[in-house]
Amino acid sequence: MDINDIIKPENQVYKKPALLNDNYMHYCPGCSHGVVHKLVAEIIEEMGVGEKTVGVAPVGCSVFAYNYIDVDWIEAAHGRAPAIATAVSRLYPKNLVFTYQGDGDLAAIGTAETIHAANRGENITIIFINNAIYGMTGGQMAPTTLLGMKTATTPYGRRVDLNGYPLKIGDILAQLDGTCYVTRQSVHTPAAVRKAKAAIKKAFQNSLDRKGTSVVEIVSTCNSGWKLTPEQSNKWMVEHMFEKYPMGDLKNL
Amino acid sequence: MEKEIRLMKGNEALAMAAIRYGADAYFGYPITPQSEVLETLMAEQPWETTGMVVLQAESEVSSINMVYGAAAAGKVVLTSSSSPGISLMCEGLSYIAASELPALVINVMRGGPGLGTIQPSQADYFQATKGGGHGDYHFIVLAPSSVQEMCDFVGLGWDLAFKYRTPAMILADGVVGQMMEKVVLPPQRPRHTDEEVRQRCPWAAMGRTPDRGRNVVTSLELDSAKMEVNNERFQATYRQIEANEVRFETYGTEDCDYLIVAFGSIARISQKAVELARKEGIKIGIIRPITLWPFPHDEVKRLASKSKGVLVVELNAGQMIEDVRLAVNGTVKVEHYGRLGGIVPTPDEILDAFKEKIYQK
Amino acid sequence: MKKEIIIAGFGGQGVLSMGKILAYSGLMEDKEVTWMPAYGPEQRGGTANVTVIISEEKISSPILNAYDVVIALNQQSLDKFECKVKPGGILIYDNYGIHHAPTRTDINVYNVAAMDASLEMQNSKSYNMIILGALLKVCPVVTLESVLLGLKKSLPERHHHLIPMNEQAILKGMELIK
Repeated sequence: MDINDIIKPENQVYKKPALLNDNYMHYCPGCSHGVVHKLVAEIIEEMGVGEKTVGVAPVGCSVFAYNYIDVDWIEAAHGRAPAIATAVSRLYPKNLVFTYQGDGDLAAIGTAETIHAANRGENITIIFINNAIYGMTGGQMAPTTLLGMKTATTPYGRRVDLNGYPLKIGDILAQLDGTCYVTRQSVHTPAAVRKAKAAIKKAFQNSLDRKGTSVVEIVSTCNSGWKLTPEQSNKWMVEHMFEKYPMGDLKNL
Repeated sequence: MEKEIRLMKGNEALAMAAIRYGADAYFGYPITPQSEVLETLMAEQPWETTGMVVLQAESEVSSINMVYGAAAAGKVVLTSSSSPGISLMCEGLSYIAASELPALVINVMRGGPGLGTIQPSQADYFQATKGGGHGDYHFIVLAPSSVQEMCDFVGLGWDLAFKYRTPAMILADGVVGQMMEKVVLPPQRPRHTDEEVRQRCPWAAMGRTPDRGRNVVTSLELDSAKMEVNNERFQATYRQIEANEVRFETYGTEDCDYLIVAFGSIARISQKAVELARKEGIKIGIIRPITLWPFPHDEVKRLASKSKGVLVVELNAGQMIEDVRLAVNGTVKVEHYGRLGGIVPTPDEILDAFKEKIYQK
Repeated sequence: MKKEIIIAGFGGQGVLSMGKILAYSGLMEDKEVTWMPAYGPEQRGGTANVTVIISEEKISSPILNAYDVVIALNQQSLDKFECKVKPGGILIYDNYGIHHAPTRTDINVYNVAAMDASLEMQNSKSYNMIILGALLKVCPVVTLESVLLGLKKSLPERHHHLIPMNEQAILKGMELIK
């Protein structure tokens, strides 16, 4: 058996999605963004909607999301992605419009835009990467940072009296009449990745069917910011993050 | 088609003009003295006729980012607000300018700073013409002085914005916003189809077709060398606009001994002062910059050079006077008369100020 | 011919809408018009005023310091604007609730008992139309036909049945000027 036998199409068990291009990713090894990007590209391709998809990129580590997935993109100012997505979705009602946002972008500076877009029931999907830290700016506290967690701006750990509580924005969004689907997923095991993929696909379908706002929160790791190895990060996430941010659907209409 | 003449407030004319000039979308947030724009649009329900989207956003911050999104998708879009709201929009305006997107923003100015007053003002001249947001950018600033111009500049603003791929602003004041006058409305311009948008805005993020790569609308460029090139491109556009798009109007400048420079409603109040002065045998002319950026430096310089003195009249503490002085460059006396806090001077007050500051018996 | 008019009174007296009808009538005669209100919280119960200019030619300032016609419908407005009537100009007021009558002798002063007349007509909404009638009598800046045409064009169809009542009030106002 030589190489040509091995690469026969019938032997292929895995391939990179066509919409995920060959640009070098700037993400740290072990980061969850790479996996989620691949899922987004794969789902758009599988659904055959690449020609009518517009993504809205945030400010944060995924600011360059537009460099990796070959669909049309608009780069938002920090926190404003849902406002931009609102406009595009209303002006192109047949398009698939999604935002890709981190915790600082979505749940701190952009809280108003997030809540009001969701409350209006805009027919968009919000992909929310919750790694409890500001990765891009060097590991500062995020609204979702856990109590006691050390960050560059909570060097002795997050304290309630100084910093308040971690914000469970997913739970808030699930309360709003405008959302049709709010789910919390992770991508730290193959099984979790499969579930996350199904969740994003469902969300995209909801948007195409104009059922309201869908939110897929992906509880993620930031091994650089957390100062742990990728493996330790996954373990830490399961042990600490999942307690505060439990997996599963918060709303599914 | 019969010419359609209406009696309308300036703010209502803005709304009707937006529909007539084929707007795809309006996003805004209520603030006095321009809430009639959103109110009129909501009452007109253009989504039933032209398909125009009208949305009351949760804030001015959100409004301007909706504008950014619509503009990035190649659509004809506008927002309107008043001074404090425009301050909130400055972040978004900087992004829109840096992303080289066409959009129309209307500021019906009120007295500031801070929450200030809802009465008329022109104190946002600096903010409009010198930036407001961060970075080296400009946008075209049109200053209407009548309700008809409120209407016409909506169309002109979009034409210029799309021609140069830059935001344009209508900088009005509470007088022009609240006043009613006769307006000739333009005939209905059809909205562009998606296919037309694809043709005229090949850069628009609206879903990629197989014949092109992905379109990315962004102002981000971390490579300084490339960012400098981007900036040089913006500046080249600004020089082109300065060369081609200066607009102004003059009154009584053929035989004048003195010059008044004023914009917006104050130019009209000054014109009345000039009418009164001429009855006393004092010959004053007026130049009214219509584009505040690009500023009519050359014409102001030319007219000032044959005058014995120049009075700049504004509803602020002295903003446009800086551009007038730059143009005049010390060759003639240039003085300022302004009222603050939302007070609008009457024609005789302007004439008195002229006599006190400029007139040589 | 250009007429520079200010109508001033309490919010609720129909000051702004009277100005609007006047401006609309000017429009019907293909004239240039401006209608400039003092806007803001003053609308809500306090004093209200509106400057209306009707002219054959393009109008410069919408804001003035002297008027051909002042219509003052309360004491505050009378106190404020009596001095701003151009010499030889017109002052119209309603004596109802006025403690200090106008004193100028270089202008034409008309006292129009519009409040009494509107009470008599049992229609407080006719008040501003009575005043408008008085104005048209002493200063025919627009014709009655233009006013009626303006009302017809500016009012939605469902309010057209109110036009005869308005006409009646205008005629009443004209009668009140001796």
